[in-house]
Amino acid sequence: MSQTITQTETISLREAINQALREELERDDDVVIWGEDVGESGHVSNITEGLYDDFGAERVRDAPLAENGFVGAGVGAAATGLRPVVDIMYADFFGVACEQMLNQMTKMHYMFGGQLTVPLVVRASEGAGLSAAAQHSKTTHTFLSHMTGSKVVTPGTPAAAKGLMKSAIRSDDPVFFLENKRTYTMKDEVPTDEDFTVPIGEASVERAGEDVTVVATQAFVGDSLELAEQLEGDVSVEVIDPRSLYPLDHETIAESVKKTGRLVVADESPLSYGTHAEIISRVNETAFYYLDKPPQRVGWPDTPVPSAPTLENEVMPGRDELQRAIERIA
Amino acid sequence: MIDSPLETEDGRVAALESMVKLRRFEERTSNLFADGEIPGFVHLYIGQEAVAVGATSTLDSNDHITSTHRGHGHCVAMGLDPSRMFAELMAKDDGFCRGKGGSMHIADVNAGMLGANGVVGSGAPIATGAGVTKKLAGDDSVALAFYGEGAVSEGQVHEAITLGAAWDLPVIYLVEKNNYAEGMPAERIFRNTDFEDFGDAYGIPAETVDGMDVVDVYEAVSDAKQRALEGEGPSIVVAETFRYNPHSEGLDMPLPEEELEYWKDRDAIETFKDELIEQGELTAEQFEEIEDRIEAELDEAVERARNGEPPEPEQAYEDVFTEPAPDIEYHRANLGRDQL
Repeated sequence: MSQTITQTETISLREAINQALREELERDDDVVIWGEDVGESGHVSNITEGLYDDFGAERVRDAPLAENGFVGAGVGAAATGLRPVVDIMYADFFGVACEQMLNQMTKMHYMFGGQLTVPLVVRASEGAGLSAAAQHSKTTHTFLSHMTGSKVVTPGTPAAAKGLMKSAIRSDDPVFFLENKRTYTMKDEVPTDEDFTVPIGEASVERAGEDVTVVATQAFVGDSLELAEQLEGDVSVEVIDPRSLYPLDHETIAESVKKTGRLVVADESPLSYGTHAEIISRVNETAFYYLDKPPQRVGWPDTPVPSAPTLENEVMPGRDELQRAIERIA
Repeated sequence: MIDSPLETEDGRVAALESMVKLRRFEERTSNLFADGEIPGFVHLYIGQEAVAVGATSTLDSNDHITSTHRGHGHCVAMGLDPSRMFAELMAKDDGFCRGKGGSMHIADVNAGMLGANGVVGSGAPIATGAGVTKKLAGDDSVALAFYGEGAVSEGQVHEAITLGAAWDLPVIYLVEKNNYAEGMPAERIFRNTDFEDFGDAYGIPAETVDGMDVVDVYEAVSDAKQRALEGEGPSIVVAETFRYNPHSEGLDMPLPEEELEYWKDRDAIETFKDELIEQGELTAEQFEEIEDRIEAELDEAVERARNGEPPEPEQAYEDVFTEPAPDIEYHRANLGRDQL
């Protein structure tokens, strides 16, 4: 955390994002929100609840179902002076918006030689566990981190969610903000100070430990903290939430590995060519000789997300897989 | 953008001059590309000059446009410095994008030019977003999206116009119907090539104009702009025109000779010049002077660009983000590492 925390309150991650949006709408008239059902109805996940009533239809806009069109409009509005927060609802729908993300939002600042900035936040919920099946459950953060030209944040705690959303809105660069569905109800202490932010690109050591470093994202942060308590006495687990996947604060991770000599990366995304691989590669490059055991990956075994709970539970990585990974190398 | 409106004699002569400048610019570009002085892909605007000049003549300094892969004409019409345009084409540091954009990405944000665009149809959503900024600012300005008829079948153009119409945005969607999408004639890829019909579907005004007539284009876009400024939302203007060169320079994709002749007989520059001379607003001698002036200006612009320096290699790492990029620096350092 970058500031001295004076006061906190216990709220859910969903409420933390709502607060961040509200505070930024109040702070800066250039902040606008649009997406499907973000207005009068307050969003399918209630993220924008109350904002339409308080800030009006000009600044909190219901958009037609046209993801590529309204992400592109976000690019154009950002390039001409606004700070839009565009809502994609489910991250799977990035498929519909991909052109404007891949070729405009993330390239304009560079290909125009730095002439204009694109202070655009695109947010979406991602992740499985609700039997929502293949097109409402996928994680996309690895794919987004691979595009180049944008920042990608994946908060694992309510405080990180609030602080990162505020930083994302204030950033002059495009930011993808990914909310894991399983974290929305997670409750924790969040600073009440309106100036509280979390810098994009700083990992957080959520729990100190001596034996194994667990780099956990999104819902795995809560899972890891619970598991660490459970294993205390047998294994001392250090839990790090990278919070931002791009930029990636590998230094904090490498410092931890230098102490523990053991690394587990727990992230819900597909295992091949992924976030896990990037984190482990950077540890290999910067702390290879400190590793006592092979780094372990906990993630999705490369299938689409199935609907039936028996199937989804089979392939969805969770606490059991994480515990096995820790025990393999502890 | 020219200073005087086309209702005036000064404005009409300035429009002719601007069209001549667009064409002479592109003729030089064609030669420089053939001579290997311009790398990459180049799509020329020759033939369509009346559209860029007529449309941008309606704009003020706080208006914005988005352009296409065929964007040089829009840039010159918006008043961008030809020398810095040639510099960008010739991969020099003095180019508008300091060598990072090339032909398909020339932009000059200060001139209201939000960029040429290498992906067909992508400018339309961006112009629509600029329209939101304008509506919230209430500054009596508009955004204009240029796109070819090849973009009419792109989903994102449909999405953009739907959005612009739903939100009553001050945006003009300008279709440059040059009859070919890359190498494919419009009739082959559209059942209905009367794009004006699309206006009813979106519930907005649409008008077809003679895209070889600069005044006709100017009047239709002026009307669209007026409606936008009065809060009536977006309009579609379809300008029927033709490009004389293949889709992209160097492609063996010639246009049918007969069709080319038909359009060259209606050439925007020749017909408008003859009209102005006939009306006594211009003499043949004055036109020659205009041409000479433009030739000299563009020759000097090419020379200045040619003598410029290319960007330094390390600039490739700059401007990915507005802040220092630790990951890029990290990878860069590793690439340069000579031992573990």
